Amino acid sequence: MSIRERLSGNEAIAVAMRQINPDVVAAFPITPSTEIPQYFSQFVSNGQVQTEFVAVESEHSAMSACIGAQAAGARTMTATSANGLALMWEMLYIASAMKLPITLSCVNRALSGPLNIHNDHSDSMGARDSGWIQLYSETNQEAYDNLLQAIRIAEHKDVLLPVMVCQDGFITSHAVENIELLEDDKVKEFVGEYKPDHYLLNHKEPIAVGPLDLPAHCFEHKREQAQSMINAKKVILEAAKEFEKLTGRKYEYFEKYNLDDAEIAIVIINSSAGTAKTVADKLRDNGIKAGLLKIRMFRPFPADEIAEALKNVKALAVMDKAESYSAMGGPVGAEVKSALYGKADGIKVLNYIYGLGGRDVRADDIEEVYNSLMYIVKTGQIGETYRYIGVRG
Amino acid sequence: MAYNLKQVMNKPERLTGGHRMCAGCGAPVTVRTVLRALKPEDHAVCCSATGCLEVSTFLYPYTAWKDSFIHSAFENAGATLSGAEAAYTALRRKGRMNESYKFIAFGGDGGTYDIGLQSLSGAMERGHDMVYICYDNEAYMNTGIQRSSGTPRYADTTTSPQGTEMPGKMQYKKDLTGVMAAHRIPYVAQSTLTSNFKDLYEKSEKAIYTKGPAFMNVLSPCPRGWRYDTPDLMEICKLAVETCIWPLYEVEDGKWKLNYKPKKKLPVIEYLKPQGRFKHLFTDENKHLIDNIQEDVDRKWEELLKKCGEDS
Repeated sequence: MSIRERLSGNEAIAVAMRQINPDVVAAFPITPSTEIPQYFSQFVSNGQVQTEFVAVESEHSAMSACIGAQAAGARTMTATSANGLALMWEMLYIASAMKLPITLSCVNRALSGPLNIHNDHSDSMGARDSGWIQLYSETNQEAYDNLLQAIRIAEHKDVLLPVMVCQDGFITSHAVENIELLEDDKVKEFVGEYKPDHYLLNHKEPIAVGPLDLPAHCFEHKREQAQSMINAKKVILEAAKEFEKLTGRKYEYFEKYNLDDAEIAIVIINSSAGTAKTVADKLRDNGIKAGLLKIRMFRPFPADEIAEALKNVKALAVMDKAESYSAMGGPVGAEVKSALYGKADGIKVLNYIYGLGGRDVRADDIEEVYNSLMYIVKTGQIGETYRYIGVRG
Repeated sequence: MAYNLKQVMNKPERLTGGHRMCAGCGAPVTVRTVLRALKPEDHAVCCSATGCLEVSTFLYPYTAWKDSFIHSAFENAGATLSGAEAAYTALRRKGRMNESYKFIAFGGDGGTYDIGLQSLSGAMERGHDMVYICYDNEAYMNTGIQRSSGTPRYADTTTSPQGTEMPGKMQYKKDLTGVMAAHRIPYVAQSTLTSNFKDLYEKSEKAIYTKGPAFMNVLSPCPRGWRYDTPDLMEICKLAVETCIWPLYEVEDGKWKLNYKPKKKLPVIEYLKPQGRFKHLFTDENKHLIDNIQEDVDRKWEELLKKCGEDS
């Protein structure tokens, strides 16, 4: 029997970490993810986990220590947000290139500048090409479920890549919601033991990690790394299936909401999907065929599957809670449009930037987006495709 | 057991020959001397900051390190190895391993005095059972001899070039050994390559087998950057000690101890002369700068004697 609880998103992550009982956690506090190492260090202090908690002096050192620990043969976890993730940048790339299955809880927050502690996706979106698998979570429940699955995905022999589980700062990290937890022993069984093939602390086979890798070999290594990301697609679905058997909760690359017969749809990530679903329901009640696609897996990017899911839509809005300063839209917009090209041509696609720096995303804003899509369907006129919603001026 | 050079030199090498460090470079000699201090039955995880040592000893698909080795980036050898040590602590606590491991990080002065200072400070403060060795060659040699905060005053480097207005680096060398002693960790030492390697060997043994964090600053000359003849490596090290430019001392549990006091302190000019990086000081207009260096060395030597409870 699962356990019914009421937890904030940060508590849910901390509880998952307690149940996973990793070997090493190295973390540095930053709003809004600070509570995760706080709760976790209390578990350490109370002997509820046997983890070595390394209270590092910066996020750069957090990821460096995670790399040292995971390479040494320890299951290692961390958590961060915004500038903390940015300070890890250099090490994110090194962790994935070393094929180290570290897991990181990213509590999404606007990346400076200007300094702002509230939610948008500029932190993890900036890290989208760092070689980390990225899973996004609408709710506290999804953040918890994704983190448990992340261990299985990261450590799978065909993958061996680090995984970032993202959720919205404050909106889910600090809001208390009902949640269903697994029993501790079920989690233990689901994540299994970490048994790397090669690791520093294996006295029978000393290894060297992190060479100077010149043109004679480096390209092959990068190709192998890319293959791991390709392999991850299958493994992510397998882990989801096993998780569903255990919990009844179904996970895929993305969630389709009223999408199958939809004429207009939006693509969205994380907590705003909840707001958007309410609006889509209301529009359905009024006979409007509105749908939604919520991306869970952004890296690897499920391009073919997204194109297939959206192919019958007439007009589409891709919602980006991050700028890419390309003067043509945001990162999700670029990926989705590229996915559609040649596979689902003819769809009118808008790309909205919304909620930067924690600007509240209201149902009215989402409704305005759907209204614009309806107008396009009706008139065939698309106008400017790179748009902002909820911003003054 | 009394130090016996022959016995020590017969211990198996843990950094093999065939690496690509330059002839006359102090760094690999430093590394081999440190690693010899490991008990043969003990395993080690070594770590290096990015730098000459790393790129010359671990070029894919070859490694010169017989022990497990990790390099991740330039500024984080302290943090990277502290993670490996944390893994060891956790795995032993959970009963998943019984073997004994030691943790030794190496960084040049760039990776230690400068870009890696925060990571080193953090690792030492947290109390990991590890040793950090700075092989101090007094400039960023891997990128082509740029000044560091470990470069001595008036040295000619590619970013503190001697010119018509400036006689090389204008700032003093940072006292990193002092900085690390101020961390109040169990063991801090300053050493270099002496003729029988006794000083560095014995300090390495202490550093490795003292529980908790230890730091050693080892002057390890660079023939390219310092511009001396490669066979003169040991002579340069000797002159650094005999002129009191690089005194040999250790700080054990807060107690300062001088390990060697020259019978007759040599003038700094003896140390400066064989090095091309100080060549510009030997002109009529720059001669007074050598006096400045001498005054500074004398002052710091007196300070050290006081800390160590020695008579001047």
